[in-house]
Amino acid sequence: MKKALFSALTLALLYGCASTPVEPEKPAPPSAAPEVQPPVSARPIQPAAPQGDALPDRSKRSVFYEYDKYDVKDEYRPLLQAQGKYLAENRGKKMLIQGNCDERGSREYNIALGQRRAEGVKRMLLLMGATGTQVESVSLGEEKPRCTEHNEACWSQNRRSDMLYGGEY
Amino acid sequence: MRSRTFAPLIAAILLLAGPAQAQLTIEIIGGGANQIPVAVLPFAGESALPQSITEIVEQDLSRSGRFRAIFVGGVNPPPTEIAQVNFPDWKSRLADALLIGEAKRLNDGRFEVRFRLLDVLKQSQIGGIAFTLTAAQTRLTAHKIADFVYEKLTGERGVFSTRIAYIVKQGPRYELRVADADGQNAQSILISPEPIMSPAWSPDGVRMAYVSFQNKKPILFVQSLTASKQPAPVANYRGSNSAPAWSPDGKQLAAVLTKDGTSQVYLMNADGTNLRRITFSDAIDTEPFFTPDGQSIYFTSDRGGSPQIYRMPAGGGEPVRVTFEGDYNVSPRVSHDGKILAYISRVNGRFQVMAMDLDSKQVQTLTDGPRDESPSFAPNGRIILYATDNDNRGVLAAVSSDGRFKQRLGIQAADVREPSWGPFLGN
Repeated sequence: MKKALFSALTLALLYGCASTPVEPEKPAPPSAAPEVQPPVSARPIQPAAPQGDALPDRSKRSVFYEYDKYDVKDEYRPLLQAQGKYLAENRGKKMLIQGNCDERGSREYNIALGQRRAEGVKRMLLLMGATGTQVESVSLGEEKPRCTEHNEACWSQNRRSDMLYGGEY
Repeated sequence: MRSRTFAPLIAAILLLAGPAQAQLTIEIIGGGANQIPVAVLPFAGESALPQSITEIVEQDLSRSGRFRAIFVGGVNPPPTEIAQVNFPDWKSRLADALLIGEAKRLNDGRFEVRFRLLDVLKQSQIGGIAFTLTAAQTRLTAHKIADFVYEKLTGERGVFSTRIAYIVKQGPRYELRVADADGQNAQSILISPEPIMSPAWSPDGVRMAYVSFQNKKPILFVQSLTASKQPAPVANYRGSNSAPAWSPDGKQLAAVLTKDGTSQVYLMNADGTNLRRITFSDAIDTEPFFTPDGQSIYFTSDRGGSPQIYRMPAGGGEPVRVTFEGDYNVSPRVSHDGKILAYISRVNGRFQVMAMDLDSKQVQTLTDGPRDESPSFAPNGRIILYATDNDNRGVLAAVSSDGRFKQRLGIQAADVREPSWGPFLGN
């Protein structure tokens, strides 16, 4: 019983922040830790890419979808163009596209739906210059929700494809 | 890519270990009709055993929805032989059947449990068995006695001594557990910080296929439940690997791979060799499930524009559409006698368990949702276990395949999901 209570507390601590659907992303941006070493040195590590703006931080490398849909909306074209170009110019770079779904419906069907979402993103990247060996599309279905409440505000965040570069997953 | 590092990772988190802490508890919701009144008398000497056999037998029988327990108070000492039974008394208590027995410690430290099932009206013995057991086998013995009573009185095989598997999510931790059919005696088969899904028992009950996200994508594994061997990846192709289903002879697995693009159904040997694709669409084809004769495979496809259930020859061939009502019918499972198709249907936004009589094609709604999923037949076809939620927490529930009787199984402060009912074990 005590154990269950403890787990419930751990759960609350872990997911407490995620359940306020405001800004769930918090990993890399250096602005979060002010008094540590100067963050300046983090910038120039970027590889030979001539266009500095080609690689937005990972929280901006997501495509969102309507319920039960997998088509990429026009608003994401500039993002995919930039990523495709970056991959074309950096053949050594690898990308994993993870497709996600909201919690509604069959878990296995959602694996297939998430796969189709990720595959759609992959196909567009290939059209824009990336190669098949650089990009792998996989599905997380409804298994790794970013937001865990049972409402549309949460669901809309979870219907998503994330484009992750090697080292980010 | 890190694809080569997952085996040691799994080795590190795999714990083939002791009993899981939190047990499933069962709550009975509905009542069955035509329940057989049965009196389970305390077995003489059973207090020497770690659990009360008769308590477990009575709980098994009541939970099945097929029996009603008759009050057994005021009988002291309880009879152990038919000659000691006051049949008119039991007739006046409206019992149709009576279970009596006794337990004895043997010289080698083991126990003998013997029981007799009696017909109150005929005042005769229906049957009886004597078991020799260790203390650790008390629970299993009780389930076997309940199976005997069930079979003698209903004419169908009981499932009390079978096992179930399910996934537990507790905080950041995922567990694949195996438990007795009543939720007791749970063991963790696999513990992982990443999701586990789609557990599927091999037909002989000694292996489990499942999907693990340990390597940041779905990969298909088969794990032995008897030998402490490493779980072996049987499908780890580019893209996603999921939805395992065993052929009835246990020699083949159907699964869904995306290595050629969209999700398609493939067959492979149980060790992952001899892979061949059996569906050829540019749509989603997933959730394969073999018919008990091994001749056909049911699966979910959106080739017609919305997810519907189809049937095709197991070796490949033209699929035939099976569901037509509604725009979301998924997760087909066929009962072991091949007569009922259980599946999930979305009706007005609610996901509900449905049962289709495969002869008449009549469909019955068994549950009212709103988020019911993953139906799994008990091996006698009488009960369908499924996942639902209660106060936003995942719990398991069971419904009789005629829809009359329901029960709920949950664990405090954890999400329980994706039940899979194991097979009958040979005895």
